[in-house]
Amino acid sequence: MTKRWLKATTAALAIASSLAGLPAHADTPVQGGTIVVTYKDDMATLDPAIGYDWQNWSMINGLFSRLVDYTFGTTDIVPSLAKSWTISPDGLVYTFKLDPNAKFTNGRKVVAADVKFSIERAVNPKTQGPGGGFYHSIVGQDKLADGSATTISGIETPDDTTVKFTLSQPDATFLNVLALNFSSAVPKEVVEAEGADFGKKPVGSGAFKLTEWVPGQRLVFERNKDYFRDRPNLDGFRVEIGQEPLVAILRLQKGEVDIAGDGIPPAKYLEMKNSADAKDMIVDRAQFETSYITINTTKKPFDDVRVRQALNMAVNKDRIVRLINGRATPASQVLPPLMPGYDKAYQGYAYDVAKAKQLLTEAGLKDGFTTTLYAMNTDPNPRIAQAIQQDLAAVGIKAEIKALAQPEVIAAGGNKDQSELTWSGGMGWIADFPDPSDFYGPILGCGGAVTGGWNWSWYCDKGFEERGTKADAMSKPDQKDERLKVWAQIFTDIQTQAAPWVPVFNERRVVAKSKRMGGPDEIYIDPTRVIDYEAIYAKQ
Amino acid sequence: MASLFAQRIVQAALILLGVALVTFLLLHYLPADPAALIAGRSANAQMIANVRHQLGLDLPLPLQFWRYLSGLLRGDLGRSYIQRSEVATLIVARIPATLVLMLTGILVEVALGLVFGILAAVKRNGFADRAVMTLAFVGVSSPQFVIALLLLYVFAAELGWFPMSGYGTPAHVVLPALTLGLLGAGWYARMVRSAMIDVLNQDYVRTARAKGLSWRRVILRHALPNALLPIVAMIGIDIGQFMGGVVVVEAVYGWPGIGQLAWQAIQQVDVPIIMGVTLVSSLAIVLGNLLADAVAPVLDPRIRGR
Repeated sequence: MTKRWLKATTAALAIASSLAGLPAHADTPVQGGTIVVTYKDDMATLDPAIGYDWQNWSMINGLFSRLVDYTFGTTDIVPSLAKSWTISPDGLVYTFKLDPNAKFTNGRKVVAADVKFSIERAVNPKTQGPGGGFYHSIVGQDKLADGSATTISGIETPDDTTVKFTLSQPDATFLNVLALNFSSAVPKEVVEAEGADFGKKPVGSGAFKLTEWVPGQRLVFERNKDYFRDRPNLDGFRVEIGQEPLVAILRLQKGEVDIAGDGIPPAKYLEMKNSADAKDMIVDRAQFETSYITINTTKKPFDDVRVRQALNMAVNKDRIVRLINGRATPASQVLPPLMPGYDKAYQGYAYDVAKAKQLLTEAGLKDGFTTTLYAMNTDPNPRIAQAIQQDLAAVGIKAEIKALAQPEVIAAGGNKDQSELTWSGGMGWIADFPDPSDFYGPILGCGGAVTGGWNWSWYCDKGFEERGTKADAMSKPDQKDERLKVWAQIFTDIQTQAAPWVPVFNERRVVAKSKRMGGPDEIYIDPTRVIDYEAIYAKQ
Repeated sequence: MASLFAQRIVQAALILLGVALVTFLLLHYLPADPAALIAGRSANAQMIANVRHQLGLDLPLPLQFWRYLSGLLRGDLGRSYIQRSEVATLIVARIPATLVLMLTGILVEVALGLVFGILAAVKRNGFADRAVMTLAFVGVSSPQFVIALLLLYVFAAELGWFPMSGYGTPAHVVLPALTLGLLGAGWYARMVRSAMIDVLNQDYVRTARAKGLSWRRVILRHALPNALLPIVAMIGIDIGQFMGGVVVVEAVYGWPGIGQLAWQAIQQVDVPIIMGVTLVSSLAIVLGNLLADAVAPVLDPRIRGR
């Protein structure tokens, strides 16, 4: 079977545009101009094998290109470095033909060996990158990851324009993985010359190139004139660093800043929302995110499913959403509503204190118990933790709050003996790609239930594991709907049968943009790229 | 004198070694695993172990400390976990801005402190004295972020006289330096006032007045130099402190100084940067004090004799 990307994308585009219902007066993109973007924190690396945060993700995306990409603002895969591809009938061999026009900004053509080198580099433990695990379905990935090989045998380059991947099992998400930043092509000679500093002097084949980086002050990006795809709208953008979110908003309102990347501080949010002048500056959109409380299923008394169900009924999610000015939607299940596979029919556990108490009594915990609730120490998380604490107290559970810095909460959750309840707020799971499986493996699967991992419920069920593996093997396009149904059922079953989480809310992302910025909201909060620097434009 | 100075330098080296050891131990026992942070959300146990090995975090603790120390002697502060860049480079990049803010901040606080301190001492118990001392009290007790945000709002956001945030032109430094200066001036004004009152009560001042010198000349030539000594010591301390970064002021005004770097690193538990900044700030404090010790005998012949 040969998969024709065109058919799939046209169909998807048709659906997407009919769903989006874009206003008829949508302005047309304008070519040219430069804009100012602000962030508080220094930019971490721009190395595509390493960068993995809100800030650098979209910039790396614009600096580099990958075999496949997404249409702006959507989750539809389109060709990029690869002009076309074929998938073998058994779903195990993917063969890509490269675009001969693709060039790195140092002038060299992008060849197949660059693609192989780049993915191997992302997996190689020496790179110390966070993305190596995504490539687990390629034959030989495990050998490179554990250090027993220096290349991945499942990536072959028969000629300069052909890359062939052989998988150990069919993987319905493989194209999504190849669209991740970690799969970006990097030029071997530059990487070797710069060594560990490549992330400060990146060279890619993307829409933009970096022309200046003054640590702690600014980064300047300029349009790549030799870009092999449609050129970006902007001539460039300047990222100013070290700007407090509040100051950034004041500057934005004065017209000095075009995008305030850190969003809008809560105090300012309501003021802007209620102001006729400022409300158009707010971009507020749902994303692939769920914030939840994990329950360590291996620890007494949480090893009793009735206790976990009681917790699910005890938490008043509406009140928590009110606490954060309604910048989220209460969650009924693990998957966020935008995610394919979201079970619309499943309502989750309703807020019911009496029933929660009854379940605890049945579990022999009539008098309640004491526990620890870990949470991040940045606003609003301590306030949310207190709300959860009060809710639990109402059913007789005394929770002590430990509010810590993010890395410390991650360490506590990823420690089987330490973790009890963990509020994930501020680091809730955000999908790496638009597929339900990304919400399973690392956070609910056995693979993530390791010290330092993200499965803070330490939930590991062989039955679900098997069902998940089977679902991911359904990689043929005509199996897509069936596969999503299987995943939907897995997540619903996990919650009804095991309840390892209390899904609390789906947070919306907020950025502020100046009035001269044009284009629909979804290119400012893109489901896979955060900010689409290639698509946004300035009207004057 | 020379031997006293040599003694001070040895002391300084020991202090720095102690600081390095304490920070190293504290950060080692921090309940956050850098290897897991680096390996990311999709990592398995094997990948985390690999990273730990790469960073040398699986070595015995004394060996890790030794490796850190020997790196220090070569000027190598290690590599940041998050920013993946040499810590030394990151710190050096922030020294110019830190220096500018330190110098301008000290200039403002000393100038204001001297003027108001002398005024208060001369007009002791009068209206001016009380007004100055009240202002100084307000300055000393105001939280930095309140003054910083207030100045920013009034002079940058509303009046638009100065840029709101950033670094690069003289206009950028005015508000940060003023914030630092206004708050610090309170301390200086109080110190200058009490030192001046002390000196003004001395017999030689009365003699100077009696022989017909003008007040101006008595105060500026006779009294002030003798009141300066504690001020110089205080400047030495301020140099050290400001070089270590003024976190709040830097954060509000987006000033790319060392304090901002430290604050970010603490939030991200970027251990190598925290270690590096702590060492550099300690060095600055030690050097600031050494500087004050070195200047004191130049100003005061009595110390030279000792």
